[in-house]
Amino acid sequence: MEHVNWELVDWSRAQFALTALYHWIFVPLTLGLSFMLAIMETIYVKTGDEKWLKIEKFWLRLFGINFAIGVATGIILEFEFGTNWSNYSWFVGDIFGAPLAIEGIMAFFMESTFVAIMFFGWNKISKKAHLTATWLTAIGTNLSALWILTANGWMQNPVGMKFNPDTMRNEMENFWEVLFNPVAVNKFVHTITSAYTFAALFVIAVSAYLLLKGKDKMFAKYSMLIASVFGFIGIFATIVTGDGSAKQVAKYQPMKLAAMEGLRTGSRGAPLIAIGKPKHTTDKDLTKAIADDFKGNNQLEVEVEGFEIPYGLSVLAFNDPNAFVPGVNDLVYGNKKEGIPSYTERIKSGKISIEALANYKKAKKAGNDEEAEKYLKTFKEHFKDFGYGYFEGHDMNELIPPITISFMSFHTMVILGTWFLIFFPLIFWAVMKDNIEKKKWLLRLGVFGIFLGLIVQEAGWITAEAGRMPWVIQDLMPTMVAVSHIETAGVMLTFFLFFITFTALLIAELKIMSTTIKKGFNN
Amino acid sequence: MILKKILYFYIDGFKEMSPRGKKLWMIILVKLFIMFAILKYFFFPDILKENFKTDKERIHHIEQQLIITNHVDTINKN
Repeated sequence: MEHVNWELVDWSRAQFALTALYHWIFVPLTLGLSFMLAIMETIYVKTGDEKWLKIEKFWLRLFGINFAIGVATGIILEFEFGTNWSNYSWFVGDIFGAPLAIEGIMAFFMESTFVAIMFFGWNKISKKAHLTATWLTAIGTNLSALWILTANGWMQNPVGMKFNPDTMRNEMENFWEVLFNPVAVNKFVHTITSAYTFAALFVIAVSAYLLLKGKDKMFAKYSMLIASVFGFIGIFATIVTGDGSAKQVAKYQPMKLAAMEGLRTGSRGAPLIAIGKPKHTTDKDLTKAIADDFKGNNQLEVEVEGFEIPYGLSVLAFNDPNAFVPGVNDLVYGNKKEGIPSYTERIKSGKISIEALANYKKAKKAGNDEEAEKYLKTFKEHFKDFGYGYFEGHDMNELIPPITISFMSFHTMVILGTWFLIFFPLIFWAVMKDNIEKKKWLLRLGVFGIFLGLIVQEAGWITAEAGRMPWVIQDLMPTMVAVSHIETAGVMLTFFLFFITFTALLIAELKIMSTTIKKGFNN
Repeated sequence: MILKKILYFYIDGFKEMSPRGKKLWMIILVKLFIMFAILKYFFFPDILKENFKTDKERIHHIEQQLIITNHVDTINKN
């Protein structure tokens, strides 16, 4: 593939990243707060204690504001599929369409109906009916996430589908295989539990702020109590599923794991870098290094350094201290001893697949069914390497994910995730001991925690998505093929248009949220 | 009858909403207007739907994109 407009590819990627990261500011709060609201309301209904109703209504107001800020921001992503990524949209076919359609019909309507009952239903329906609506809102919002993450899981590990060369798109063979794709299941649990953690950090941050201001102390402390338990369960489950994620990445996307760890050359008993940094961060021009990273330049030279845990990576990836973990070099140049084919071999195989598809189409057109069958067989044999075929004659760097970005986002996520595991019990303990008001440092950490939570949320997605570059669909479709051939200037224009408009709206909405928070529980 | 009840449920809900809630709804409506009436309409056309009338044409276009452009380029190069 000679005539790649890299500027177009990079701007399209940047635009998608911007909208996805923006969208993900609000989604985890909706996912987590909805369940915390359900728990708070359950306590109110069970005990009949009016303070819980007050607590519930305060967080419901903030939930509503967040819901409003985030509403429909995800639709921009769907617009981009049709405009910027039309080749991809066609190629994925039903695989992406079916889960998204289910989401639209089932979860969205369920969500919007019960959200309305939550807000407008006080005093109009019974307490138990209202509580049911609150629980169904929580379930509905989380079901929305299930379908989206199923689609994303498929892109990371495409299973349960069959490519139809006549329609040039993938068709679903087994819905259950797509739904229960191990990557999708793990991704779903990992994502929603991390969202619960973030929502708990939000509740703690707002409560800590009110305590620092000496306002609504009792309500703030009860909220913190619920949030610290919920957050601890959330972060514990996130870490467990994060371990599961690492094992799946090792199995299905070994290059991503190599990039996340900055592993240049693989080994048995590979160490895990606990805290470290890419070596070039010592260079003066870090901005250039990051830009190179995003564009995929010079990835074969990037190296990392840091404090290592012996055997850590082998255990993390395969539960075996002596397991072989391939590095970037093993995957690019191959490792015969470990049975890893080189990218050169995979490119050759992919090229055979693309050629066979072209010849199949030609034979079909000429009415030569026997020839067509022969080419179809060859195409299928090499389909697993299909996407590699497009890299014939390309720089190998293009097949390596941005290592600095993957490494830094992965380690940020792990380090801060570990901190949250300590932070939630600290909050719980201080509230139980009833001395949290005196611990100003802990309250300040609590307020600051929301920013750390947001960084972790975004870092998680950056690890998952930047780490799988150049693939839009793992091994089958790279970004340069997925992108629509449209004007780069148009993509740049919409990038800035989106950025300016939505930042302005975000500021307006955040002002409403901060006013609501300042007014406190007695509003 | 049920539909009427549902309708009034929403109408009453919006009527009783606080000024802050109403302001928020205004922002939502502005956002939806920007998204659907401006962004979608002027900047985010569905390329395949807009440029091609039938699925046959779309398949042909994708073939060009996935096989012809890429395949011929690589074949010619060698």
